[in-house]
Amino acid sequence: MVGVDGLGRGTGGGCRVTTAAAGERAVELRKFRTVQRLAYECAEAVAARLQPGVTEREAARMQREWLRERGVRDWFHLPFAWFGDRTAFVNFRVPLQFFPTNRRLEPGMPFILDMAPVFEGCTADIGYSGSLGPNPVQERLMADLEAHRELILREVRERRPLREIYEDVDRLMVRQGYANRHRAYPFGVIAHKVDRVKERRWSPYVFGFGTQSLKGLASDALHGHREGWSPLWSRYRFSDHPPHPGLWAVEPHLGFRGTGAKFEEILVVTDSKDPEQGAFWLDDDVPHVRRWAEGK
Amino acid sequence: MTVLEGARERWVRTGGVELCVAELGDPDRPTVVLVHGYPDSKEVWSEVATRLADRFHVVLYDVRGHGRSTAPQPLRGGFTLEKLTDDFLAVVDAVSPDRPVHLVGHDWGSVQSWEFVTVSRTEGRIASFTSMSGPSLDHFGHWIHARVKRPTPRRVGQLLGQGAKSWYVYLLHTPVLPELAWRGPLGKSWPRILHRVERVPGRGYPTSSLPSDAAHGTWLYRDNVRPRLRKPRADAYAHAPVQLITPLEDAFLSEKLYDQLEQWAPQLTRRTLPAKHWIPRTRPDQLTAWIAEFVTAVEGGTPEAGATGKHADRFGGQLVLVTGAGSGIGRATAFAFAESGARVVAVDRDAEAAARTAELSLLVGAPEAWAETVDVSDEQAMGKLAERVAAEYGVVDVLVNNAGIGLSGSFMDTTPEDWRKVLDVNLWGVVHGCRLFGKQMAERGQGGHIVNIASAAAYLPSRSLPAYSTSKAAVLMLSECLRAELAGQGIGVTAVCPGFVNTNITSTARFAGVDADEEKRRQKKSARLYGLRNYPPEKVADAVLRAVVKNQAVVPVTPEARGARLMSRFTPRALRAVARLEPPL
Repeated sequence: MVGVDGLGRGTGGGCRVTTAAAGERAVELRKFRTVQRLAYECAEAVAARLQPGVTEREAARMQREWLRERGVRDWFHLPFAWFGDRTAFVNFRVPLQFFPTNRRLEPGMPFILDMAPVFEGCTADIGYSGSLGPNPVQERLMADLEAHRELILREVRERRPLREIYEDVDRLMVRQGYANRHRAYPFGVIAHKVDRVKERRWSPYVFGFGTQSLKGLASDALHGHREGWSPLWSRYRFSDHPPHPGLWAVEPHLGFRGTGAKFEEILVVTDSKDPEQGAFWLDDDVPHVRRWAEGK
Repeated sequence: MTVLEGARERWVRTGGVELCVAELGDPDRPTVVLVHGYPDSKEVWSEVATRLADRFHVVLYDVRGHGRSTAPQPLRGGFTLEKLTDDFLAVVDAVSPDRPVHLVGHDWGSVQSWEFVTVSRTEGRIASFTSMSGPSLDHFGHWIHARVKRPTPRRVGQLLGQGAKSWYVYLLHTPVLPELAWRGPLGKSWPRILHRVERVPGRGYPTSSLPSDAAHGTWLYRDNVRPRLRKPRADAYAHAPVQLITPLEDAFLSEKLYDQLEQWAPQLTRRTLPAKHWIPRTRPDQLTAWIAEFVTAVEGGTPEAGATGKHADRFGGQLVLVTGAGSGIGRATAFAFAESGARVVAVDRDAEAAARTAELSLLVGAPEAWAETVDVSDEQAMGKLAERVAAEYGVVDVLVNNAGIGLSGSFMDTTPEDWRKVLDVNLWGVVHGCRLFGKQMAERGQGGHIVNIASAAAYLPSRSLPAYSTSKAAVLMLSECLRAELAGQGIGVTAVCPGFVNTNITSTARFAGVDADEEKRRQKKSARLYGLRNYPPEKVADAVLRAVVKNQAVVPVTPEARGARLMSRFTPRALRAVARLEPPL
């Protein structure tokens, strides 16, 4: 078995997984899996507490407090909450519009909770879509995201250039009748790398992003620039390279006439020759996958 | 004598007059009472009543002094709204003693129905009210008072506008002369005037009682207008759900009259249609559909309309057919109409894509949606489609000829086969659509709209798109000619010229004169460029709906399409210079 290059960069080498340390890698991944599960638990707990009249700011605070109580001290980014047509980023022009507003939740409204806690140095980045009461459009969008999860995994295993995978996802969305909304994210990313971060007593944020995580991303960007890859997976030329080993937080985001839906979870990419081991989802026991399984 | 075939007649005696009441349909069904206006008799409703009769118990009556009902003696003071309310109650007590009725009024029928639905003694007797072309005199009084009290320029404009439209009201207040005119020359020439000015088809209307209807009806104005406008009631709130149908080309009433109607009628559903005043004669199908939908919704306990889209008042329940609805602009247009509550027929040669469009249309608000698999360039298949649509879904209200393919490459590289292909879809597809569905619209004679998706290439010469531009220029001119031809029949024709829009037309376009690999590379490159431009097809769809509502002739959509249009008119030489440049592919 081959190691995960890049996993744990910047942590002083202690977490660097090598060929000899496949077991260490498993331990490492288990840690990431624990954080991701914690984050999804938080999303489900907060979603269950959402009521008519709750604002996006309140929903974001609920996520923050829930995770703080369970030991989260640092963030890749602070929790976001989007309600109503903000789930599809309608009329978003500047990145500041991603931050939670005083928009109130109403019955039938779709919502998305998006959070990226860092726990014991491991990062999770998840997105949870739901609605207050039934919302047939969003249910449909969520159901149609399953094909994207399969497509992304299959093409990463085929080692297709990330830019082409991005375009294939785009085409699938168009065929399904939806708009690509992840292109509204900074750099229009469908995914970005996440990593271990140093645990510091004081970790400030810049525009909602943790400085430690940003540092990791910047150093990846620098290395990648020299080596011809990028920690951002986007439609642009800098993503015209095969999947780079590491952990990728993948977040396809569909929009349809004022309703949006996404999932976000970590895809593990290794340099293994075996396709099965070359790429796999960190955890298949996540809410959206369970929902698809129940629907069958 | 009567044009109401199969109607059962009865006479209701009340307040010294005898009212002639006609009934159609099964009395066990919900009762719909149709009240006529001025100068009319109940026969104005004949087209609507017979269409409603298979689903409802339809009741019509001649208002006192009109048609075969007798007139009060003396006439002065015999037509007050209080007395008209007595008549209404007497009629509904006779025809539907146990259940509240659904009231529908046109013109003065609507004016008096507003009185019925806002006075307390009818509470529990009216289930719903559909109003067309007749405001409440009380609401009108408040409307005038508000504008006189605070005369901002806009409000003064509104006041003067409606004041000018009400010229006939002043004339009707002069003594004797109106009666003489109606019983004399005006009564004789009225049918001709209606036909010429209001485009009302004959078919047994107006009836022979017109001169006396019109003469007696003058007292409707004289007995009510001045007192009510001077002292409007302060408590004129509707106690039943109201559906307001506003014909936008009404020569007598401004749509501004209804601006603040929500304060008087809290459960209000708005509908608009591009037609003149006599909609019960000119648009019976649409009225029947809206009345039936509203009555059914109220009976089912949900009076509010389901669709929430931008133009739901206009497109709710209409039948819209979109070709090339499996992707891009066509699909976005189908969704936009669906959001406005239209019934959608999604046509595409890709069956799966069309089915997907229909399915999602249902999700966003279309009451019904169907997918049809047809290649628009196939004349026979289009003919069959037209027959099937007419038989199963009805006559199309809005047709969007959108299907089109791209073809790039210099003229010398374009083979006759390429030409044939692009003209077959882009031009012949539109011709078939206009010919087949336009014919159905014209034969029905109740208006409609055709939208042809042309292109900015229609007026933008270029060395790289000769065949495509030619086909689209033809579509543009076809639309303009057809618009002229169909204007007299109330059918609007629009050519929409989108510009660079991010759709999959680039990745399916043919590039003439290059090999397969190079073609693939150019498709990819152009798709990327269009993706960078990223003008969403949804915005074109919005422009399509807006164009139908405003009945625009030519609509360039993206800024570059608008700019090119201006250049083609004012600086054509500059445009020709640009046409010589090689595209960056």
